[in-house]
Amino acid sequence: MREALDQWHFVIAAYAVGVAGTLAMAGWSWIAMRAAEQRRERSKEQ
Amino acid sequence: MHGFANPARFLRLARVLTAPLLLLGLVLTGGALAYGLFAAPAERLQGDTVRILFIHVPTAWLGMGGWTAIALASLSELVWRHPLAGVAARAIAVPGAVFTAICLLTGSIWGRPAWGTWWVWDGRLTSMLVLLFLYLAYIALATATEREGASGRILAIFGLVGAVNIPIIHYSVLWWNSLHQAPSITMGKSAMAPEFLWPLLIALAGFSALFAGVVLARMRMILANLQTEARLRRMALES
Repeated sequence: MREALDQWHFVIAAYAVGVAGTLAMAGWSWIAMRAAEQRRERSKEQ
Repeated sequence: MHGFANPARFLRLARVLTAPLLLLGLVLTGGALAYGLFAAPAERLQGDTVRILFIHVPTAWLGMGGWTAIALASLSELVWRHPLAGVAARAIAVPGAVFTAICLLTGSIWGRPAWGTWWVWDGRLTSMLVLLFLYLAYIALATATEREGASGRILAIFGLVGAVNIPIIHYSVLWWNSLHQAPSITMGKSAMAPEFLWPLLIALAGFSALFAGVVLARMRMILANLQTEARLRRMALES
């Protein structure tokens, strides 16, 4: 007998992977850019 | 285009565009995914799993588009010695790898209810996995050349050679037997119902804006790091 699969579990898992991965990448890139630009400004002041 | 070869001019434009592109991407992607999750109808054959389409397809296209852009930037770096081309190629690698990984993971999650398996070693899935490995190798090589202060020539050649995989991914479902379906959208034609096609195009626009915003942010980061290193080196020499 085939197991019954709830399709919504797969839909939610896919959306969680997609949204979390995209947001983490965008957030990380933004924070890394701000930190690099702040380091550059500090190096100008030295 | 050569007007933006000047890093100072490019940075002025990038400062204006980065945040709006990221915000636009969040709004469009959020809207399309909310529609996909709560409003899109279930499909006759695939049922509710068709909703995965709105993440899986845009990330697949951008994973492949990312490497195409790396190849074009590499060509520009090798042939015209465009000063920002290498920076652009390096900045594309991380979002390209992330979108390829998301495509593979969501495809695997979709495959279980649709095909009854998480993974098959067929042409489309395997060539997409090879693309992810190419991205990871490119990132590792970029990090190594940056650390060693080596020329970016090897990296640019790798970017060009890796582009061989892009037509293989595209035509894999036509060349070989595959569980993966053939393309539903080709140049100017679509076999997709409008209630799926339009939100898919909006999701593609949103993910593309996010991709562009992330690439600009990473280019600004790389340029800031280069400028800081150059200044510190100059100060060390002067003292």
